[in-house]
This record gives sequence, structure tokens and C-alpha cells, in this order.
Amino acid sequence: MSVEHLVVVGASLAGLRAVEAARKAGFDGRITLVGAEEHLPYDRPPLSKAFLEGDRLDGAPEIPLFRSGETFRHELDVHLMLGEPATALDPERKVVCVGQREVAYDALVLATGATARDLPGTQGLDGVHTLRTVDDAVAVRAALEGGARTVVVGAGFIGSEVAATARKRGLDVTVVETLPTPLQAAVGRTMGEICSSLHTRNATGLRCGVSVDSVEGRARVERVVLSDGSVLDADLVVVGIGAAPSTGWLAGSGLVVDDGIHCDATLWTGVEGVYAAGDVARWYNPLFDRAMRLEHWTSAAEQGARAARNALDPPTARSYSTVPYFWSDWYGSRIQFVGVADADELVIVDADPDPGSRCVALYRAGDAVAGAMTINAPTEIMKYRGMIAKRASWRDALSFAESRRAVAGVS
Amino acid sequence: MKVVVDYGKCTGLGICESLAPDVFEVNDDGELELKQSSVPEGQLEDVEAAVEGCPTEALRLEPDDSSADTE
Repeated sequence: MSVEHLVVVGASLAGLRAVEAARKAGFDGRITLVGAEEHLPYDRPPLSKAFLEGDRLDGAPEIPLFRSGETFRHELDVHLMLGEPATALDPERKVVCVGQREVAYDALVLATGATARDLPGTQGLDGVHTLRTVDDAVAVRAALEGGARTVVVGAGFIGSEVAATARKRGLDVTVVETLPTPLQAAVGRTMGEICSSLHTRNATGLRCGVSVDSVEGRARVERVVLSDGSVLDADLVVVGIGAAPSTGWLAGSGLVVDDGIHCDATLWTGVEGVYAAGDVARWYNPLFDRAMRLEHWTSAAEQGARAARNALDPPTARSYSTVPYFWSDWYGSRIQFVGVADADELVIVDADPDPGSRCVALYRAGDAVAGAMTINAPTEIMKYRGMIAKRASWRDALSFAESRRAVAGVS
Repeated sequence: MKVVVDYGKCTGLGICESLAPDVFEVNDDGELELKQSSVPEGQLEDVEAAVEGCPTEALRLEPDDSSADTE
């Protein structure tokens, strides 16, 4: 049966790209885009970066919308259902429930993303925020503008970006991290340590190996008590302890859900007509021969487009392979990572005497290069993404690094 | 087709370079350089992927004769 109605659940980057790819592929049937937030689809990376900067004189920052309502309605001819989350999926009847309404689909793309994890016991206390949505970012920005003494819980990328922004405003900031080394899972211990040196160098307090015992205050947060008994006074607490895929609403749907919606290489869930994309999708990445769930801008965009094209024409479905890529901006430094970090060996192939100011690191898995990370080496990083995509050998990667050093040395 | 970069939007993230390295390269200062502005033969799909893959929507494709064709 041909598809007459494409429904996309989740109105962020992956959902947007699903809609756009469907139209670009020539689909002229109906499209409905369902989003839990009231806002039109907007870009999230700026929320922990540029959106938090500036001062009152700049006026309220604009929401980084991807497209205007006009574009959705007329150019893309999309029926928008914003402001209410989908609550159930019945694949037998091919129906998605949104509030009291039922939306019937022929093809379905699930792109509900992930939800920021809360710090237990902080509900109802003003001044404690996660940072995932534009509403979160507006609240965090207002507190920063008010000169808040800031405590960031979790030394991950988003928390670190917030800390850097707060320091740029001259505020007192302390980052609290349960693990002994920040970012260990994302980039490994050595590079995690190098990244964390950026905090200390910029006079951000960094407390590793301690957890938060309690967040105290009457109506507003006043202090954070740590597991070693120390107390941090705080007007703003930003919680950056990761996100969980938004799959609760799929209970009973028959979809296989375990840390994301399980999909094959074509982003198909195994249920007729149902595909998944973005942070919520755990799909088989042929390039690395393993299932992955990524929370990265690039893969969300590409998966959204691919999932829609595949959903509209399953017999010609193409698999989605990628070398994961993410970036993060702290204190004016750009951190970039490609590939995977759970490797057998890490070698820093090029670095300034202080590797926090500039370095290039490679990750080995077996006899192949599996990952690369740079700090302030923007001309190096993507060369390795290309090599990883071509499954280049470790030896070739090392000799390429050698040739790059030689080039830099003579210039 | 030729590639046009909006340098007001580009922040040098380099996804374009990884998808179409014959056309795009980010330099040591983090600025995007075009190694050639015309799309090389057989690489249109890669360059289109680069345009679509740009997180700051700084890239677009234009017909080679776009200026000659207008009235």
C-alpha cells in the first residue's frame, strides 16, 4: 500500500529533517508533525552556548527556530500539532494517540528525543534547572544575568559549556562531578583529564569524586551539600547529568525498547511502517558493526532524513552508517570528537606543551583507527573522520599524523 | 553548480570537509576555505550532503550561471 499520510512524532531536529526529506523526495501526501513543546522546531546546540551569553542590553535572545510557521504550513505543507506529547502507539490499528486525539498513519517516524535527567529531590525548588529545552535556557539565562553564584552538577559537555558561559560573565562557578575524571565514558580518562584542565585554568571550581547529598533552600535554592560534607552556596544549580530516551509513551506498543528504540541498519523498528531517528533511536551502525544510540546533532539530522525516505518506500530502504561526530565550545576552545572512544589505546599525536590549549589524539581499536579528538585543531579533525569512514589502519593514521606534524613544522 | 558560503553563519565545524574533502577544508584558524567553488564532476551528491549537513545552514548551491540568467 502506498503511503498517503506520514506522521512524524517529535518536532526537533530529526523530526524537522524527516519532514523536509519527505518533501524533497517528492512525497505529496499529508504530513503531520507532532511536538510536545509549544515552540516551533528549534536548534538545541546554541542553548548552552550563544543563547546564554550577552546581557540585558542585547534584549531577550531569539529562539533559534529552524523554520517559520509560514514555511511549515505553506512551503512544506505540514500539519503541526504542537504543545502536547504523543501518549501511545497502537501499531495494529496504525494510530498514534496525542492527548484525546487519535492520529492515523501509513508511515511513522519516531523522533521523540531524550529527556534531561533530574536531580532527585529538587522538584519544586526554584533556581534548579536542567538544560534541554528553550524554556530551560531562558530560565538559566535569567539567573546568569542576575549574577547567580552557579553550581553545575555533572562535568559533561552541556554542564561544562554552561560553566564556561557563567565564567565569561565573571560569575563564581563550581562544577561537581561524581566520577574521579570528567567525560571518561565520552572521551576516555586521559582526554577527560585534559578537558577538565580547561575548567581549572579558567578559575572554575572543579570538585570530582564527590556527589550531591542535598540541594537546600526554602522556596529558592540556597546551597548544595556534597557527599564529603562540604557546602557550596548557590543561587543557580544547573543539572547536566545526561538524558534518557523518551520512550515511556511506547509501553505496550510492541516495539523493542531498551535504552532507545531498537532499529535495524535502515532505522526500521521491526514493526510495519514504523521507523525511528535521532536521540531516541538505537540502531545498528554497519560501519562499526554494533548497535549505537547517539545524542549528536549530525546523526539526528541525517537519521531523520533517512528514516523518512525509508518509511515512504521500504523496498528501497537504505542503511544508515556514520562516524559519530560531536563538538563542544568551552572558554573559547573548540573540542571536537569523531568515531568512538572505547578503544584499546590512546595516543596523543600532536600537542602544545600544554595539551589543553591544543592537541590531537587518536584512538586505536584492534589494528584500525576508531576515533580522534582535537582541542583547537580544527583543520586536523575531519581528515581523521574520513579515514575512520574508510576503515583506515592504525599504522596509516599514525603516519598521516606524522606527515601533518612535518607540514606544520615547516610552515 | 557552485558552492556559496555564508561566512556570517559558518563557525568552521567541518562536517562539510568530512563529506566532500575535495571542495571544503577548515584551516588552522577554524575558517572554512573552498578548495574549488564549482562542484567537481561526480561529487554533487557529496556536496549536497555537505550543504544539508551544515549545522549553521551556512552553505548553499547555486547554478553556475545564476547571475547571467537574471533579467
